[in-house]
Amino acid sequence: MHIFEAIWTSFIASAGFGILFNVPKKAVIPGGICGMIGWLIYEGMSGNNQFDLVLATALASFVVATISHLYARMYRMPVIIFSVSGIIPLVPGGGAYDTMRQLVENDYNEAIQLGSQTFLISGAIAFGLVLAGTILPIILRSTRTVK
Amino acid sequence: MTQNKIEDVMEVCLLAGKLMLENGAETYRVEDTITRLAKNYGMSAAQVFVTPTAIILSLFEKGRTMDYTKIVRIVDRSTDLHVVVLVNDLSRKVASESLSLETARKELKKIEKTPEAYSAWVQILAAILVSGCFALMFQGSWSDFMPAMVAGGAGYTVFLAVKRYISVRFFSELLAAFVIGLVAKVAITTGVGSQLDKIIIGAVMPLVPGVLITNAVRDLMAGHLVSGISLGAEAMLTAFAIGTGIAFVIVTL
Repeated sequence: MHIFEAIWTSFIASAGFGILFNVPKKAVIPGGICGMIGWLIYEGMSGNNQFDLVLATALASFVVATISHLYARMYRMPVIIFSVSGIIPLVPGGGAYDTMRQLVENDYNEAIQLGSQTFLISGAIAFGLVLAGTILPIILRSTRTVK
Repeated sequence: MTQNKIEDVMEVCLLAGKLMLENGAETYRVEDTITRLAKNYGMSAAQVFVTPTAIILSLFEKGRTMDYTKIVRIVDRSTDLHVVVLVNDLSRKVASESLSLETARKELKKIEKTPEAYSAWVQILAAILVSGCFALMFQGSWSDFMPAMVAGGAGYTVFLAVKRYISVRFFSELLAAFVIGLVAKVAITTGVGSQLDKIIIGAVMPLVPGVLITNAVRDLMAGHLVSGISLGAEAMLTAFAIGTGIAFVIVTL
């Protein structure tokens, strides 16, 4: 995928999702930026099958969550406002769809394979979010005490 | 600090929690906000148990022999993060400016009545853009861009309209997915689009419970086992409804 195309599609998709979730108006653009960065990392890592999808998703969601935390501090809003639109491009919607499709066409083996991958990817997203949620406050707290 | 009556504290805490939970806040945030509010209003202990369908809150005040416990049922859940921000701001204000209980209650009542941040038209427009972009992001070709936008827009319009008039759960998703499948099929047969899968995936994205799945796994990891499992079940059912709607088109037509 062309990098320029990746940038604008992921930005619009994430910002649009912010509107679907009724985030405050000034959080729409930051949410789009979060999603864009996450998608670029994901695409960059998984593009030519260099890395495993689960690993790429985990790293991307970790970065998205980190940026969301910083935005949350900047705008004094809950983290979920930014992370929700940020992780949307990573969410395995396509995987869930393929799973359902295989199930409907009675190809259960394929369905289970795709289904477990989808589950692992959503686990990876949650892992990235939780990791950033636990590590960042510790880092921020320690830098504050150093000062 | 004037003595707050335990009943009033209970009402404010539960109202705040209910508003947050109904509008898509995470379980831990709801529990956090409620305990913080209770502490700020002079309760010596607060035990709260939050699940996606109910909040149980138990408050204890010094000088009493018994806890005061109340339960509140959550029936509707949607994602309106604007409200979550407002309630969060309020709880922060209570901590920093020691807002009186009565003002907090009035503010919460006002928040309860605020309309959604964006009108239905803006949301449909957003759904149209999201659908088109996702079709491209999942390696669809440019010829799939327009059909995905049309299908996504039509699907989301149906979703909103059905949700407003029929209160059967998952029915709006099913019907919306059916419309999306129909539009995508028409686009392929008339030769406007090239890949059926990409169009459908893009158009279905505004309906997919991706955030629900992720929140479910996250709740499980954080030890909120009950809410994790129930959110996961809800996500599965939603995905199943969407899948059924699409499958109906693919198999029968």
